[in-house]
Amino acid sequence: MHKAETDHATASIGFNRDEPYVDWHDETLWFVRVKRDRAARQLPEWENLRETASGIKDFVLAHMDSLLVQFEARALENGIKVHWAADADEHNRIVGDILESHGITRMVKSKSMLTEECHLNPYLASRGIEVVDTDLGERIVQLRQEPPSHIVLPAIHLKKQDIGELFHEHLGTEAGATDPQYLTEAARVHLREMFLTRRAALTGVNFAVAETGGFMVCTNEGNADMGVHLADVHIACMGFEKLIPAERHLGVFLRLLARSATGQPVTTYSSYFRKPRAGQEMHIVIVDNGRSAQLARPDFRNSLKCIRCGACMNTCPVYRRSGGHSYHHVVPGPIGSILAPNFDMRANADLPFASTLCGSCTNVCPVKIDIHYQLYQWRQTLAREGYVPAAKAAGIRAMNAVLSRPRFYQWGGKVGRSLMKLAPVLVNNSLNPWYHQREMPEPPGESFREWYLRNRSKK
Amino acid sequence: MSESYRRTDGPGTDTWKVALFIPCYVDQFYPQVGVATLELLEKLGCEVVFPLSQTCCGQPMANSGFGHLTDGCSRLFADNFAAYDYVVCPSGSCTLHIVDHLHVPGREAEVQGIRERVFELTEFLTDVLKVDHLPARFPHRVGLHQSCHGQRGLHLSQMSELNAPDFSKPGTLLGMVEGLELVALDRVDECCGFGGTFCVSEEAVSVKMGRDRIADHERNGAEYITGGDMSCLMHLEGILRRKGSPVQVKHIAEILNQSI
Repeated sequence: MHKAETDHATASIGFNRDEPYVDWHDETLWFVRVKRDRAARQLPEWENLRETASGIKDFVLAHMDSLLVQFEARALENGIKVHWAADADEHNRIVGDILESHGITRMVKSKSMLTEECHLNPYLASRGIEVVDTDLGERIVQLRQEPPSHIVLPAIHLKKQDIGELFHEHLGTEAGATDPQYLTEAARVHLREMFLTRRAALTGVNFAVAETGGFMVCTNEGNADMGVHLADVHIACMGFEKLIPAERHLGVFLRLLARSATGQPVTTYSSYFRKPRAGQEMHIVIVDNGRSAQLARPDFRNSLKCIRCGACMNTCPVYRRSGGHSYHHVVPGPIGSILAPNFDMRANADLPFASTLCGSCTNVCPVKIDIHYQLYQWRQTLAREGYVPAAKAAGIRAMNAVLSRPRFYQWGGKVGRSLMKLAPVLVNNSLNPWYHQREMPEPPGESFREWYLRNRSKK
Repeated sequence: MSESYRRTDGPGTDTWKVALFIPCYVDQFYPQVGVATLELLEKLGCEVVFPLSQTCCGQPMANSGFGHLTDGCSRLFADNFAAYDYVVCPSGSCTLHIVDHLHVPGREAEVQGIRERVFELTEFLTDVLKVDHLPARFPHRVGLHQSCHGQRGLHLSQMSELNAPDFSKPGTLLGMVEGLELVALDRVDECCGFGGTFCVSEEAVSVKMGRDRIADHERNGAEYITGGDMSCLMHLEGILRRKGSPVQVKHIAEILNQSI
């Protein structure tokens, strides 16, 4: 396993070089958070809905085995072909084999974070299969050959000028064009051609219903529907945690999903797929890829309740000021930081530390994942298993040695404060990251304890 | 002991024996916050003791992932604070650490008692002493910084993310201070970016978060930024002083303790 080339803190330094850009990024995402708040406040039962969704998902995690078997049986009865993939490689191979068996070399794909997680596109490219992402944001980052920076708003890190340049280069729009209407129209024409000519369409799955074997795909652009309605082969890929027990539960999750994600009452297109239409082939690929391992971690299993709304990113003050790419994991932000170490502790050891533990993420989460508590718990796990940098570990041990001995602490404090007074340069220097952009506190003449001894402790 | 302070409930004895739990960095760098806390509690009729061998609750280690190294600090904490009716601390963050994470092998029942009797200063004033007016005066425009651990951890104020009725324990107390004008902020409870070791390990984001918090207070005309956690205020003060801003920070205990 490898370490990430650039850790979150270092990547954030780069992101913060352009302060007006950071302000714009922060305000753009805060705007979404505010829309979410407004939508949530329109429902008096909002907190009850969250509690209900959380309970349903807890039930799913506790009955994953039987629900998955039930879902498979119903889906097979409906004429859907069901595949099981233990990991990303198997998932990719299954998709590649399905396409190859039909002689298909070009496919459209709607939004699916799972296929990002599995690196499906480069894999299929290596088998000579071209994939076009049809979600507008995903298409934009695909043309830029970069990963999405947000799970719901993949191109949120880009301004319309960036899109204008990109479309000029790839779609032949006028140089310097920035009008969203014009650029979107160009994308629409470009994608329409793809929908009409591709024989296979891959979609994600938002909710898979165990009692019916059906599944729901939610988009705002209708691109999933455009793809599958025109394709001979529909492949739907899902992590196994996408299950819900019954159709009636869709009412709970659909009310929460879009309100949490963007502040809309519901996704524009919420399409429920039950069986292939005449002449069509429908496949479901159910993927584990580390989920069983996470399910077996008592402190972290309920991260699998996530419905991928992205609300925790929009509210996270760190995410808004460091950008999705600084997290170097397929899912950025708070939820990504508790999912990532499960995949690779060494490579992602920095991510649970990319947080102030402010707890806002936990409060917006529609399924009540205790995200900030899990960030804290991951820190404990990572430190115990030796994934925290040696210098930091040594510093903490030294701190502990002082703080667990009152005399040593009192003496050290006194000496430290005197030194700061006598030779401020000892702390006011470029080696002190506090001092880089902040003044140090002025050391007082006496500690509180010393004041107390002089003024109160005369017994 | 001032007549003008009232309490509506008590622990069964005439004087409340309160142990003062002063965060280590307050002890070393902000003794005036400890003094204000002590004086305020005394005015409210409490017998206040500062256990002399206290150091640190262990939070800096635990939040860095080294909770398993904090046994020494935890034992020390239990030794210092087990004997009192209440433990009161002018920091939501340190209080939360004790509430959530104080464990001493072999002394669980005793430690559980401490976890139940430890209070952050403002919640102690509103919930235990049930203070409903204060003879304090501070004729300034003040912005209240809601420190996250106190707010979202101890629930000192309603959290902006929830669809639930508004309240604010520190806000209620500041409302009792004569002449004090509480300024409305654009983002009522956004984190300032201090975050313990985060403030140095993620320096770039930490400072940017602090700057943005300060800008909100400045935009809305605050002369002072107050709050229940000196750690957040120390971070904001560092940025304010670097940029030469006239805005000052003051711990809420210092404001509540300002006499008329």
